[in-house]
Amino acid sequence: MASVLFRGIQTHPFLLYRSALFTTKKAVPYCRMECTQVQTATQDNPKSQTKISSTNPNKTLNKLMENYEAIIGIETHVQLSTLTKAFCNCPYNYGSQPNTSICPICMGLPGTLPVLNSKIIEFAVKVGLALNCNLSLNSKFDRKQYFYPDLPKGYQISQFDVPIASGGFIDLDLPVEFGGGHRRFGITRVHMEEDAGKLLHAGEGSYSQVDLNRAGVPLLEIVSEPDMRSGIEAAEYAAELQRLVRYLGVSNGNMQEGSLRCDVNVSVRPIGQSEFGTKREMRIILDVEVKNLNSFSSMNRAIDYEISRQVALHSQGQCDQIVQETRLWEEGAQRTVTMRKKEGLSDYRYFPEPDLPEVILSQEYVDNIRNSLPELPEKKRRRYEKMGLSMQDVLFLANDLNVAAFFDATIGKDADVKLAANWIMGDIAAYMKNERVSVDEIKLTPEELAELISSIKGGTISGKIGKEILFELMSKGGTVKGLIEEKDLVQIVDPVEVEKMVDKVLSENPKQLQQYRGGKTKLQGFFAGQVMKASKGKANPALLNKILLEKLNDKS
Amino acid sequence: MLSAVQNPRFYLFKRRSPLHFYSSKALLSSQSVTGPEHHQCSASTSPPQSQILTIHKSLLSGQIKAVDVAEKYLSRLRRTNSLLQSFLHVSDSVLQQAEDVDSRIERGDDVGPLAGILVGVKDNICTLDMPSTAGSRILENYTPAFDATAVKRLKDGGAIIVGKTNMDEFGMGSTTEGSAFQVTTNPWDVSRVPGGSSGGSAAAVSARQCVVSLGSDTGGSVRQPASFCGVVGLKPTYGRVSRYGLMAYASSLDVIGCFGSSVADTAILLHAISGHDRLDATSSKQEVPDFRSQFDFSNLLESKPLKGLRVGVIRETLDDGVDGAVISSIRTAASHLEELGCSVTEVSMPSFSLGLPAYYILASSESSSNLSRYDGIRYGNPVVADELNSLYGDSRAKGFGSEVKMRILMGTYALSAGYYDAYYKRAQQVRTIIQKSFKKALDENDILISPAAPSAAYKIGEKKNDPLAMYAGDIMTVNVNLAGVPALVLPCGFVEGGPVGLPVGLQMIGAAFDEQKLLKIGHIFEQTLQGCSFLPPLVADDFAC
Repeated sequence: MASVLFRGIQTHPFLLYRSALFTTKKAVPYCRMECTQVQTATQDNPKSQTKISSTNPNKTLNKLMENYEAIIGIETHVQLSTLTKAFCNCPYNYGSQPNTSICPICMGLPGTLPVLNSKIIEFAVKVGLALNCNLSLNSKFDRKQYFYPDLPKGYQISQFDVPIASGGFIDLDLPVEFGGGHRRFGITRVHMEEDAGKLLHAGEGSYSQVDLNRAGVPLLEIVSEPDMRSGIEAAEYAAELQRLVRYLGVSNGNMQEGSLRCDVNVSVRPIGQSEFGTKREMRIILDVEVKNLNSFSSMNRAIDYEISRQVALHSQGQCDQIVQETRLWEEGAQRTVTMRKKEGLSDYRYFPEPDLPEVILSQEYVDNIRNSLPELPEKKRRRYEKMGLSMQDVLFLANDLNVAAFFDATIGKDADVKLAANWIMGDIAAYMKNERVSVDEIKLTPEELAELISSIKGGTISGKIGKEILFELMSKGGTVKGLIEEKDLVQIVDPVEVEKMVDKVLSENPKQLQQYRGGKTKLQGFFAGQVMKASKGKANPALLNKILLEKLNDKS
Repeated sequence: MLSAVQNPRFYLFKRRSPLHFYSSKALLSSQSVTGPEHHQCSASTSPPQSQILTIHKSLLSGQIKAVDVAEKYLSRLRRTNSLLQSFLHVSDSVLQQAEDVDSRIERGDDVGPLAGILVGVKDNICTLDMPSTAGSRILENYTPAFDATAVKRLKDGGAIIVGKTNMDEFGMGSTTEGSAFQVTTNPWDVSRVPGGSSGGSAAAVSARQCVVSLGSDTGGSVRQPASFCGVVGLKPTYGRVSRYGLMAYASSLDVIGCFGSSVADTAILLHAISGHDRLDATSSKQEVPDFRSQFDFSNLLESKPLKGLRVGVIRETLDDGVDGAVISSIRTAASHLEELGCSVTEVSMPSFSLGLPAYYILASSESSSNLSRYDGIRYGNPVVADELNSLYGDSRAKGFGSEVKMRILMGTYALSAGYYDAYYKRAQQVRTIIQKSFKKALDENDILISPAAPSAAYKIGEKKNDPLAMYAGDIMTVNVNLAGVPALVLPCGFVEGGPVGLPVGLQMIGAAFDEQKLLKIGHIFEQTLQGCSFLPPLVADDFAC
């Protein structure tokens, strides 16, 4: 029984957020599996809806889920976009030929010494402040020691007992389609360290090669408190971190390139146990680490899968099978598998890095950085919310720094807030998606969007015409006024002119007019369409309808 | 806990009998008990002259060609090297470089202060186009892709790097017997060790195989061999000289140091290599004074050229466990300083004996980390293996010698979870105490003096199988590294031993970044020391500089 259940889970990941896990409460042997499309995440996984049949245990599992809660903590590595590496002058460009961005220092040749790139401190302070952390004005670097071929010195320069920032939090809003809601997750610490190189494994597996391009690239490790309870919360936490580092300009936050990497610790416990457990004990049960999470949606799915796996084991009294280990998320099979078991704690033999002086920050330095911080996502969202935008709009606009800037610039030109949001989220977003361009790459400027909106609002052009010239503006550029003039698109608001067109259409369609007057009033739409066509879409619709109706009903 | 590396002899330091309390008067009176050591002094007695200044002057005046100078040193090197084994590698472009110097002088080009000066470089200091192995099998045939900053600065000053000198593997040893390649002998008695770990550099200068040389000093590796070989050895303040290109042993203690046959030569050498380096974050931005400026000979004419200087004799260094003849040499040196006008008093530094265990914990800990990079993956001599762990294990097992392995194990142990507080952390606390005690003693005194080693050079093999006895020999020097202050060792006398007696070194310790004062005092001391020549008989006949 247990094994059946277990296998079922292994091959069919369940969706575990509460609202959608099981579509029925009792006895119906279906559960809907849904890929949790994180609204803010990249669209890397089309929604796959599969109905999987599962036998009776479903009911049990369903019940069980209610008795357990997941505890999720995340370690995130953010690659800093400094011009040069952390301790030498090599540049780093993702995807360059192996071992082309290296020097004696990042290769760890004998006699070389690290010298800190001070930009890293600035970036770390920015992130620390943005995450509401306490900064250590005196911190230091330490050596974390282990042997691996991609680690040229045999130790990683990192920070151990005195991280540069600690004890902060991050605020975020869950996507509306997942029930929404505001969350605050604790940040344990932020510290600076260097990246390792990469191993390239030969096809037959007979040898491996080392690429040290990435060795010595600066990273920030951001460790969360174990505050997340579901896959979506974890994925949104990571998405918010990505927004944050992009807003701050400290990293491109690109998950596919490995600029933002998340290691997730997942464990489950019976609900209510937290009251008895101390914080220390909670740490101990954070035992399963999940790796290979290349997108927010895979994070979400991997975590929910892992939770269900652990709950199933708990429920079968097989807690002993949940061991401290690192599990790998298999995207193809949609499951996690054991990568390596951790036998006891690794001893990294940390000690203070003697080659680097202590990091001492002056209050003035910190204050200067604090004062230069941009408006951060959370603050932006609250501002948009106050403007009266819906949460869906708020999340969309604040998601991308450039989109938000475009929106802000548009409303800065006195454009109507709601209309500006609608244009950006509607036609402009669709265009960007189709053409695969970013908001910076379209030729439309915020000024012209504001002009377009006011032209429609003011009646100069119709909404339909507005849409047409919008595409022109996005692809070719130009000004709203210029296009209106060039194409003679000004709306016809002169009643005499409209009347002429109405008269013409009525006289050209006597048969339909007769039918209308005979009671087939639905034909009004037909006439309106004909007049609009005759005006090349320029007739003011309200005026047109008013005059048309008068003429149609004028039986004299 | 610390007793793991503590030799029973150290307990003796703690037990001071009142008899060993010397007032400055007692020190003066000790002059009358100068032992047999003075009888060992060689008869020819002119004070040492700066070889660098002499050569420089002769080259510029056209009296002599750089090629002839180089030829002379090289022929002496060839003649003596089979006996001394001081060089691991000798450059084959020395004469060619000397010719370049000559042609530049002929053209009237500006040549640097070190033009045509042959410099030996310890093998753990990286040199472009010359093997640099740190005396280790794991780096056999390894040639760096860059020059160490110190080497680059020497070359910029016109110096010719004559070759790479032998050393204890990675600087771990006090005899140079720990080299993976050869055993260097002492020019005063080839059955004895030259000291270490910079034994090759010290022996090379002592035997005039080169003019000056670079060494490195982590726990006394410049000063103790200087003492054993009868040359001047200078350990600069930590941070004075860039460590970039020095293969790290213990990063927080390592400094590149200078050997010369006179104080003036070490001063000139130090000046050439000092100063901030953007490639070493621990190198100091302190201004570098012109160490050469003070060799004004007029003050030697005064009867009390060092009048008013306060000299503190570290009491704990003249105690049980130190060779009696060495103690008398130092007492004699102290009275010599008094004659020069210094006021000599005794200083007690109770923390002195703590330095040795603290040093061995800190140095081993750092070395266990610094030597991790020698894994056979990127350079060095990997062993063919089927899987990663055996690649590491076999490469390191084959590549490292036993002393290095022992220290890596010791350091790994000291840094391990659960032991860190008891060892590494406590040793750091001891280090702070030692730093404070030096600060206090150097606030009260201009310099401190002590022997450079508890004994003169001992026989090859004598301590090879007794590491604790060898470690104990570092007692005089390790505290200076822990405190980070500069120290100068210069020969001050002889003790019995070998065919003609063995030199003894006096250690002068100064305040951080005050090498200037040490060099001035050292120079006057050296120039006024009567009746001693520190040119070994091995080369006395063909060296007349």
